[in-house]
Amino acid sequence: MTMPVRPETDRKIDDLKASFPYPGSALLPALHAIQEEKGFISTESMEYVAGKIGVAPAFVAGVVSFYTMFQQKPVGRHHIQICRTLPCALRGAAAIRDHLVRRLGIRVGETTPDGRFSLVEVECLGTCDTAPICQINDEEHGHLDAARVDALLESLR
Amino acid sequence: MAYEPLLLRNIAKPGSETIDISLASGGYQGLRRVLKELTPEKFLEEVKAAGLRGRGGAGFPTGMKWSFLPKTRDKPRYLCVNADESEPGTFKDRLLIERDPHLVLEGIILSCFAIESRRAFFYIRGEFHKGARIFARAVEEAYARGFLGKNILGSGYDLEVTIYRGAGAYICGEETALLESLEGKRGLPRIKPPFPAIVGLYGCPTIINNVETLANVTLIAERGAAWYAGIGRPPKNTGPKLYCVSGHVKRPGVYEAALGIPLMELINERAGGMLHADRPLKAVIPGGSSMRILPAAKCDVLMDFDSLVAAGSMLGSAGVVVMDQSTCMVGALLNLAGFYAHESCGQCTPCREGTGWFVKILTRLERGEGRAEDVDLLIDVASRVEGNTICPFGEAIAWPIDSYVKTFRAEFEAHVTRRGCPKGAAAFEVNAMSGTGH
Ligand SMILES: Cc1cc2nc3c(=O)[nH]c(=O)nc-3n(C[C@H](O)[C@H](O)[C@H](O)COP(=O)(O)O)c2cc1C
Ligand code: SF4
Ligand code: FES
Repeated sequence: MTMPVRPETDRKIDDLKASFPYPGSALLPALHAIQEEKGFISTESMEYVAGKIGVAPAFVAGVVSFYTMFQQKPVGRHHIQICRTLPCALRGAAAIRDHLVRRLGIRVGETTPDGRFSLVEVECLGTCDTAPICQINDEEHGHLDAARVDALLESLR
Repeated sequence: MAYEPLLLRNIAKPGSETIDISLASGGYQGLRRVLKELTPEKFLEEVKAAGLRGRGGAGFPTGMKWSFLPKTRDKPRYLCVNADESEPGTFKDRLLIERDPHLVLEGIILSCFAIESRRAFFYIRGEFHKGARIFARAVEEAYARGFLGKNILGSGYDLEVTIYRGAGAYICGEETALLESLEGKRGLPRIKPPFPAIVGLYGCPTIINNVETLANVTLIAERGAAWYAGIGRPPKNTGPKLYCVSGHVKRPGVYEAALGIPLMELINERAGGMLHADRPLKAVIPGGSSMRILPAAKCDVLMDFDSLVAAGSMLGSAGVVVMDQSTCMVGALLNLAGFYAHESCGQCTPCREGTGWFVKILTRLERGEGRAEDVDLLIDVASRVEGNTICPFGEAIAWPIDSYVKTFRAEFEAHVTRRGCPKGAAAFEVNAMSGTGH
């Protein structure tokens, strides 16, 4: 089988395995590393990592589907995760979501045809003091209103 | 007298996350003292005498938890730091991690010394990208200065700290789910007993503590148990506390006070009062989304563990969610039911099915399709979930359901008789993704 990841990622997974008292612990960090490289975790990647760590591919698939951050298909270049939970909802999260849906022309859970944006709703991001908020890829953007959303979308190519 | 911050003493300083700022404000002095002067048992006794109770949700006495470890030393012992912070309305640990990681890290080293552990895992929720980066740098700095690694400060004590990132699952904040996740598995809570102190990570004795709890350990090491035990409402509610205020207030944020600050002082003085002058307070969740709600009439309460239990709720994670008169309680509860339905791990039938039922019933009430018996049905289903599940997640949804319905019963009934939400609260609608479970 050809290796679905870069040699650096492969070596990183070896290092991870050696760094825990029990190699199984390396699975989550390995999946993070794969997703960082490829943007998502394919069936092929799951089989590969299962072989590396010494667990069944079905076990890896179970882990991947359990955690919401692991993507099983590609997402947009800018993956917009809008928080929907109560503290954000009290500060108008639903209106922000609706504004995003209108502006992007996609529904929640979809990606724009040019692959630039994807939009999902997520639960409390632990930043309710800046509600309403979204996370775009790794970064948070708080105190959202329609104007700020528009400016954000403009700045993201 | 104005309250002098202890946990947040550094956060306003530029570069507060660096070891130099930490050292300049007395950082790692407590560690020096303890390693030089005390044995692990002696320091454990100090933490007990300080009266420190866990800041992760249950308020369990920290020193007592540590003393549940087996007396034998035949297996390694682990400390797992709970930095999963996912309880809606909670954002205090994140502030400590990002702005004063060394206060937390020193507490980790001290706690590992007390429980005789040589390996700690820092389990941080996956969404905290920035926090994980900052904490990783803090750990590197501490290794470079000899506060971590072999023979710490010449004491002969060794410790390694490893950061472990979660990947998006609220349930991994539950301590045994956290252990499963750390072992590279799905985060399914374990049946207790055995308790983690006996059989924890990799089958070894393990202590799980919250980030803020560990930051408090640093303070105890710095200034002693007697000083610490004088803060707050001794003997059972001691020390400083971080309160997270969100919702309909002028200045949402993290506020530090001695345990037992009056809730109304927190809202009106610290958080700047209600967001809109013409919309008075309706209700407050005092301790994160899993806790029972307090109507405005019951908000003259002190924010400590025991006072909130007496008031019919709990301090929980100290996530104070403030709601004004514009809030629809059916909509608010539907929003939370959506959260719990999405986050249930699905192991126990009452939790998996119950959360689905709550969403279904509350959705039809909100849409004007509710039936008269739905109001009691909510209470009935909640009573079947509570106490019948593997982990306390069952209570975490049963308590809100039971308390919102009982406290605001007339509002729930009005949704039936008036065929929908009088406020038209579409803001709280549950999205398509909720209710899918894992
Ligand atoms: C569903 C659920 C979620 C939890 N989430 C967290 C969390 O995010 N952070 C935390 O510190 N404790 C959380 N806890 C509590 C932990 O199980 C554990 O009691 C706590 O980390 C112990 O730390 P402490 O003794 O220092 O408070 C959660 C509990 C449950 C039942
Ligand atoms: S109570 Fe819910 S979250 Fe906890 S173990 Fe059971 S199904 Fe999972
Ligand atoms: S509810 Fe949105 S960040 Fe907490």
